Amino acid sequence: MAADSDLILAADGIVKSFPGVRALDGVSLRVRRGRLLALLGENGAGKSTLMNILAGVFPPDAGTLTLDGAAVRFPNPQAALAAGIGIVFQELNLIPYLSVAENIFLGREPRTRFGFIDYPRLNADAAALLRRLELAVPPTALIADLRVGQQQLVEIARAVSQEARILILDEPTSSLSAHEVEVLFGVIADLKRRGVALVYITHKFEELARVCDDVTVMRDGRVVGEAAFPDLTRDALVRLMAGREAKETFQKTPAVPGAELLRAEGLTLRGPGTGAGRSSLVDGVSFNLRRGEVLGLFGLVGAGRTELLEILFGLHPGRATGRLEIEGCAAFPASPADAIAAGLALAPEDRKRDGLVLPMSVAANASLASLGRTLRAGLVDADREAAYIAPYIERFRVKTPSLDQLIVNLSGGNQQKVILAKWLATGPKVLLLDEPTRGIDVNAKREIYAFIDELAQLGLGLVVVSSELPEILALSDRVMVMCEGRKTAEFTRAEATAERILAAAFPVTTATAA
Amino acid sequence: MSDPKSTLSLRRFQSLLALALMVGALSILSDNFLTPENGWNILRQISVNLCLSIGMTLVILSGGIDLSVGAILGLAGAVAAGLLKSGLALGAFDARLEFTVSGAILAGVAVGAAAGWFNGMAITRFQLPPFVATLGMLSIARGLTMLWTGGFPITSLGPTFGFLGTGTFLGMPMPVWIMLALVAVFVVVTRRTRFGRHLYAVGGNERAARLTGLAVPRIKVAVYTLAGALAGVAGLIVTARLDSAQPNAGLGYELDSIAAVVIGGTSLSGGRGSVWGTVLGCLIIGVLNNGLFLLNVSPFWQQVIKGAVILLAVALDKMNSAGRDSA
Repeated sequence: MAADSDLILAADGIVKSFPGVRALDGVSLRVRRGRLLALLGENGAGKSTLMNILAGVFPPDAGTLTLDGAAVRFPNPQAALAAGIGIVFQELNLIPYLSVAENIFLGREPRTRFGFIDYPRLNADAAALLRRLELAVPPTALIADLRVGQQQLVEIARAVSQEARILILDEPTSSLSAHEVEVLFGVIADLKRRGVALVYITHKFEELARVCDDVTVMRDGRVVGEAAFPDLTRDALVRLMAGREAKETFQKTPAVPGAELLRAEGLTLRGPGTGAGRSSLVDGVSFNLRRGEVLGLFGLVGAGRTELLEILFGLHPGRATGRLEIEGCAAFPASPADAIAAGLALAPEDRKRDGLVLPMSVAANASLASLGRTLRAGLVDADREAAYIAPYIERFRVKTPSLDQLIVNLSGGNQQKVILAKWLATGPKVLLLDEPTRGIDVNAKREIYAFIDELAQLGLGLVVVSSELPEILALSDRVMVMCEGRKTAEFTRAEATAERILAAAFPVTTATAA
Repeated sequence: MSDPKSTLSLRRFQSLLALALMVGALSILSDNFLTPENGWNILRQISVNLCLSIGMTLVILSGGIDLSVGAILGLAGAVAAGLLKSGLALGAFDARLEFTVSGAILAGVAVGAAAGWFNGMAITRFQLPPFVATLGMLSIARGLTMLWTGGFPITSLGPTFGFLGTGTFLGMPMPVWIMLALVAVFVVVTRRTRFGRHLYAVGGNERAARLTGLAVPRIKVAVYTLAGALAGVAGLIVTARLDSAQPNAGLGYELDSIAAVVIGGTSLSGGRGSVWGTVLGCLIIGVLNNGLFLLNVSPFWQQVIKGAVILLAVALDKMNSAGRDSA
């Protein structure tokens, strides 16, 4: 690690909670002059929340920020920017029908003597920045007419133009072409030479060797490892990313898989865009699933795992191709209703966005998919509904003061259990679980693992998508690995090791990284 | 079950309290307020707005908005009046289809439902934002009303039809009967039917509703169709009460009904609220209008005060839910 005279920004004991989830639980971070700190960790680990706090988007519940040795508190992003902290968000924050130059200098436009915007200077300054980023678009072009990668570079140009001393980049390369990435790395090297400190969030390990000085790994809202990058072997990184709890706290019951439930052949999903990137989100994936079996599905972010589940659940009827058999009958669900009728159920990755109706009660959420079974004389009957759904709520040990409690007031783990209860109440054959333990605490995780085990023993087939290797290793009877839309490997439980799975999950070019 | 019970009952208590305070104050300030005649008067006056507002409540619960209900009211009233008065010319047969009173009533409601269905299709099939789709329908229905009436009122519709607006049954005015029946039906629909529950789910989180296998487009089309049909009923009441269909009937009524729904505590972002709340919202507006009139407050001030009440109601709502909705 660098000497602490280089320390520019320190975060200590940062805590941040949102309703139902503790996003950050005592996180500390050191950012040093002229160095790039890579922040690793899966979605939901708390990286973006931490960056938002550093950039003044929202305040921490507890903890301190120290800038140049003095405690600071940013009431808003402008204050953070004034203190020299710039951020490029993962989602683009550009105004589509303003020009490139207007976007770069939004709120800081050069003025003429009369107070009007000095367009010649605005455009000249923007042009200079664009040249530095080798972005061949005129400063007067509209953002809406640019490719996503070019828009990303405009965001970066804006951040660079703010002359920040600390620059936060949240997955800046996710939509850049190989050449654009090279240019960005050149700019990063230049910034480092000038003493700018960078915080860099990425899922792409191959990038680390190119730009990284220090690494901090986060999981479940905590920092689980810190190291200077050159000291870090690939094994060490894997261990940091992987964590330990799952293996230590959960013993899987040996499975006796039964008859085939699901068979998928050549499932393919074309991407919606016309960009230069790869054209298929899911590319010719074949697999099967048997009764009583847990199939773990591993892959890095963007590998096409979620999209694969979406195909199975009837969410891409027009765009998906391939063959699908459920219990030996050809069936390609054209809608979620179709999929549910065929015995499928999906617990989505983003519970709040896709899984829960937040203004409704626990009971109403749990009965939403099976309300038809609880009617009396065609009408909703609160008593019958409660009687029907209560055993499922109890079975999953949902901690709630009552069935009438609003779902929004439950913790993430209990919300997830309500979703499991909802689907089990429909009597499914196949459960598709997308990141079932994301953003929930360790104890609830352990419970969810036990439920998955129980459901498999009951004869359900489960597909569990997870970015957490130990989770995959602990739960799965078989592991399937995806990378860039394709299935790259399949292992039995006995064959599956962290190294083998990771090797299959990384794009081929990364074999030499780390 | 789908009600957020604690907050909703607090909200309803506030609305009831506001209503009680208004009634108490007006009883002291005006000798003419707390009389049986004035009571019926208020109920008769709010019946039209309540018909519209029930439909608006469904639409807003589903996460949408309907700007066309006032115009549909006008169109439905005009169609019913025109058919009753002069029938429907069948050009090809050189004949005229005569309509009975009940036939004309059915036709009026059907025209409203058809316009609402069209809204629903525009919103689901063609993915238009509800604001735009129903803004278009507002103009279309208003224009069709002008075409149908030639811009002139259709008058002298006869006592049988007029009974709907001015008659009484068992001592209670007909519009009040209709209003109470609709309230009863739609309280049950929203609280006790699968459709009602699905409505809350779609408004509360459309993505989750879709991923749970609910037929989201069908639910939305049903909602707008019902809102149109209820606007049709409102159009019949207005026409019958005046014994004439005015081409401009219902102008701006959509805003009064949105106000009633909002004062009644239904969230404009969908998924939260109730028909009961809307009943209270209509009563508050009705009592306010009536009281200000009895107190000889200038109509101009009446508008200012009504606006202030809307702002106050929503501000109270925000304060109640602060903390719950943050982050």
